[in-house]
This record gives sequence, structure tokens and C-alpha cells, in this order.
Amino acid sequence: MKWALIILNCCSLYSFGGVLKVGKKEAYKSITAAVAAAKNGDTVWVSGGHYFEKNLVISKSIVLKGIDHPVLDGENKYENISIKTNDVVVDGFLLQHTGVSSLVDFAAIKIYNSRNVTVINNIIRDAFFGIYSQYGTHCLIKNNLLTAFSKEEQRSGNGIHCWKSDSMQIIANTVSGHRDGIYFEFVTNSVIWRNNSFKNLRYGLHFMFSNDDAYITNIFENNGAGVAVMFSKGVKMFNNYFKENWGDASYGILLKEINDSYIGSNHFEKNTSAIFAEGANRIVLKKNVFKNNGWAFKIQASCSDITLEQNNFLGNTFDVGTNGSLVLNFFNNNYWDKYEGYDLNRDHIGDIPYRPVSMYSIIIEKNPPAMVLFHSLIVSLMDKSEKVIPSLTPENLKDEHPLMKPLPL
Amino acid sequence: MKKILKYVIIDILRNRIVLAYTVFLLALSLSIFNLEDSSAKGILSLLNIVLIIVPMVSILFAAIYVYNSAEFLELLVSQPLKRKTIWLSMFAGLSFSLVLSFLIGIGIPVLLYEFSATGITLIVSGLLLTVIFVALAMLAAVRIRDKARGIGAVILLWLYFSILFDGIVLFILFQFADYPMEKAMVGITALNPIGLSRILVLLKMDVSAMMGYTGAVFKDFFGTATGIITSLLVLSLWILLPAWLSVRKFNNKDL
Repeated sequence: MKWALIILNCCSLYSFGGVLKVGKKEAYKSITAAVAAAKNGDTVWVSGGHYFEKNLVISKSIVLKGIDHPVLDGENKYENISIKTNDVVVDGFLLQHTGVSSLVDFAAIKIYNSRNVTVINNIIRDAFFGIYSQYGTHCLIKNNLLTAFSKEEQRSGNGIHCWKSDSMQIIANTVSGHRDGIYFEFVTNSVIWRNNSFKNLRYGLHFMFSNDDAYITNIFENNGAGVAVMFSKGVKMFNNYFKENWGDASYGILLKEINDSYIGSNHFEKNTSAIFAEGANRIVLKKNVFKNNGWAFKIQASCSDITLEQNNFLGNTFDVGTNGSLVLNFFNNNYWDKYEGYDLNRDHIGDIPYRPVSMYSIIIEKNPPAMVLFHSLIVSLMDKSEKVIPSLTPENLKDEHPLMKPLPL
Repeated sequence: MKKILKYVIIDILRNRIVLAYTVFLLALSLSIFNLEDSSAKGILSLLNIVLIIVPMVSILFAAIYVYNSAEFLELLVSQPLKRKTIWLSMFAGLSFSLVLSFLIGIGIPVLLYEFSATGITLIVSGLLLTVIFVALAMLAAVRIRDKARGIGAVILLWLYFSILFDGIVLFILFQFADYPMEKAMVGITALNPIGLSRILVLLKMDVSAMMGYTGAVFKDFFGTATGIITSLLVLSLWILLPAWLSVRKFNNKDL
């Protein structure tokens, strides 16, 4: 009776599927052979070791489980794992040396036209593309560590690349050294949560034509050009950290042709430009913290109906920069540390409006080398006189109700 | 030389202006650090003081002191002393006492409240500016005999370095806006010690904004070890050149 129970227990663990073991001392010596012998619903256990499987194609709904991170080597020629059917799990592998090609997008793990694929706990090193989903639906990519060592954009691929996919979950991955950390093109209804993307050559996160996605609690640090969100609508961004994206064309977030989106509770620190908005419409920016940036918010005159409220602006060199005098956006109830007004009725709201565009930021927009005179006496004098009689700065760009104290964010 | 130096320093400390200057700087920097919500903002306010008030006090005080000790100088010259020694002792005494009051007035508060790369850069540039403007005052005082004209010249010099020069640079920048001026700007900054010190502090303080394209040009130059050493050398040249010229003039001067 006791034995029967134990056997029953073991069976229930691997839910109705058989187990095929791969390893030096096991029944199967190569993963390809085990996969060929497996049926839908089986589990392939791979023990630790070094495997050269060329291109491992999985066209059965199986669980591929690595014990002690077995190494799958692409020998700089092949795609490590190609997933071509639904309900596949790839768990706990170390994938390395993926082939590099300018014609084919080789990836360490590539998902082709599949549903419910799970890629978890893998280490991917020196890959061309890391994890690539093409027409993937409802896939989970979680807890993977991707590291690449490329020096130039042309010879490197993206860390997590999703193309024409839907309902993807990208959770808790760490990506560095790739071209773009996470790349979305034509991806809808997906979530990017708790990822860490740093030191990538181009963007930490790159969005194109991807509607109704959310990215929450990610860290984007020290990427070549920060984060770009372009030609999309209905994007929600919460609680992300954008740090130390330095350079003339580098932005915390680049918002280009973005509509109907919400940016809330994010932290922007030490970026050359924390947010650069161009052709963006109907966006709400609320409860964000802008700290020690060169420009906290660069807004081109092509933007309209952007609402900026209840944000903290602390220690930025310039709070807001713009290129024209047309203003179709709303600034309200923000805290600006450069505000010099007063609050006579003690309602914690300043009695005179704050104009976040300083005259000198406009001069620098027109003549960048003038940055060399910043903080000199003559520049301070010019800024002061401009505050009294605005002539160069846009008249309507102002916060009518600036807060006297920073918000607790 | 030691003895003259001692007399000069004792004399300066006795006339109380330097003491008042020290207390003024100390009160100012302590109140700035206590009033501003962040010490980084305090550094920005202090930067303006270091760039405007410190050079002004240094150049004015040094010039007036040299004019007032004309008789003392005449007395010393009649002694068996080298003129070079007399003049350099005077220079060293003035620099030493002003540097001391700067260190007490601004150096100590900065070290207490904002002990960072920005703070250290601020202190070093303030020290150099003090000595530079003492040297300039000595040069002006030895070249112009009349006290009123001398002090006027000194005020003009200060005005030129702190405002007019930047105005001219801004004018040039806009006149040549179509040309790549970034590299040329690096050279032009060497012509103004106040501007040079300001950029050194700026590169530490507003590093994010300075990483824009133009800023990157400056960062590539001033941010590197070579750039910092070069700028410090240029600032030392601003001390040595006026000091050397004034010594040469004083050696042949008919007192």
C-alpha cells in the first residue's frame, strides 16, 4: 500500500507525461535524440554538461528542463533552440555562442508562431538575439539573465525581441550588452515587469507600433540612448527607474508620436534629458520624480494636450526646454525647487505662477556652445530680467499653481 | 624674507578688514547651507560668491594695501635687501592671509556640509582665484603710481573678468553661430580665470546637462586628467605671469 502511494505521488508530479533523461550516464546522450523520442506532454530532463546540438528544434509540446544549467553551445553558427509549437517550457539552461548573421535573426531561444510558451530561469551569454518571439501569443519570459559583449550596433541583436506578438509577459529578466535590451514591434496587450536593462548599446527598451502595453517597475540604466517609445498608443508606464542616460541624443524616455498614454510614479535621475516629447498627444504625467537631470522635460511645440501634474522637479539644470512659442499643454500643481514665489494664504500652493522655461535654456537650444557661460554672472542677470519681463520665453508655458513643498514620492 | 613676510601678515591681521572678510564669508556660507533644502543647491549659491565676491575683495584689498604701504616699501628698499625679495614677500603675505580667510570662511563649511568632488573643486578654484587676483592687483599697483587711478583700474579689471568678458564671448558665439565653435570655446575659456574655474565646477555639478554634444566636447577636454592638469597649469600661469611682470617692473621702478 505504502509503495503504491509513493509511485502514485511520483506520477502526479509529472502530470500524465513520461520523463526522458539526458546526460552522460542516462538513457539519452543527446537532447536531440530525447526530443525526437518524446511525445506531447513529456518532460526531458537534461543533466549538467556541455551539449553541442547544433540547432535544437522543438516541435512537440514538451517541458525541457535543465538541471544545474546544462550548457547548449551554438558554436557561433547556429540558433540554439527553435520552438515551433504550443505549450513548450524551456527551463534552466545556459545558452551561449549563438550564430551571428546579417540575413537571419539567430536567437538563443526563438519562438515561431506559438502559444503558451514559457522560457524561464535561463542564462544566455554571448548571444546574437537573446529570446526572440515571432507571432508568439501568451508567452511567459521570466527570470532570464542575458549578457552580450558586442561593441557595435550592426553586429549585435536585441536581448528580448518580440515581433507581432500578443499578450506577452516579460518578467524579472536582466539584460545587458545587447543592441536593445527589450524590443517590441507590433506587440499588443503585453506587460514588462521588474526587468533590469542596463549598458545596452542602443536602447534599454524600444517600443514601435505597440499598443496597449504596460511597463512597470523596471530599471533602465546607462544605456546608449535610454528608452524610446515610438508610434504607439495606450502605453502605461509605472514606477520605472531611468538613470544616467548620458549624451546629446540620449533620453530617459523618448516619446515620439505617442498618444493616449499614462506615465506615473517613475523616477528619472541624472539623464541628459529625462523626457523628450515630440509629436506626443494626450499624455498624462503624474507623480514622477525628476532629479539631477540636465533637462527634466524637453517638449517640442508639436506636442499637444500633455498634462503634467503633481511631479517633483529637484536639482535639474533646466526644468523644461522647448523649441517654439506655441503651448498646448497643461502644467499644474508640480513642485519646482527653483520656484521663488510666496504663499500668503498658507494653502501650500504658490500665489504666483512659475515659468519653468528659463531664458538661457532657449538660448542654448539655439546655440549649444553657449552652455560654456552657464552660471556666470551675466547669464544670471539675463535670467532674472527675463523673469520680470518675459520676452523670449513662451508666455503660456507656466504652472499656475506650483506647490510650495515637494510631494512625498 | 621671513621677517618681511611676518611683518606683512601681522600688519594685515591687525587692520581687521581681513578678519571682517573671514567672518562675512563664514556667516554667508553657514547660512546658505542651513537655509537651502539641499547642500547641492548651497554649493550653487556659494559658486556665485566664489566667482564674484572673492575676486573682488582680493583684488581691491591687495591694491589698496600696496598703495597704503608705499612708505613701508620705501623704507624697506633703503635697507640692504633685494627688491625682488621685498616684493615677493609682500605678494606672499597678502596671498597667505586672504587664502587663510577663504579657507576658514568657505573651505571649512564646504568640507563640513558638502564633502564631494564638487566641493573640493570649488575650494581649489576659490584658492587659485584669490591668488590670481592678488597678483593682478600687485601688477596694477606697480604700474600705476596714482592711488585713485590704480583702484579704478583694479575695479575695471574685476568688472572685465566677471561680466564684460562673458558678454563678449556671448556676442562672439552669436556672431559665429553658423561655425563649429566648440573647440574654439575651449581655447577662449583659458583667457578668463573666473570662467575657467566656473567650468571646472560646472563639469562636476551639472554633469548631466554637460553631457549634451557641446558639453561632451568640454567634458572630453576638462573632464580628463590631462584637461584638469592643463586647466590648473593655465590658472597657475595666471598667477605667475602677473607676478613676474610686476617683479620686473618693481625692480626698475623709481619710487
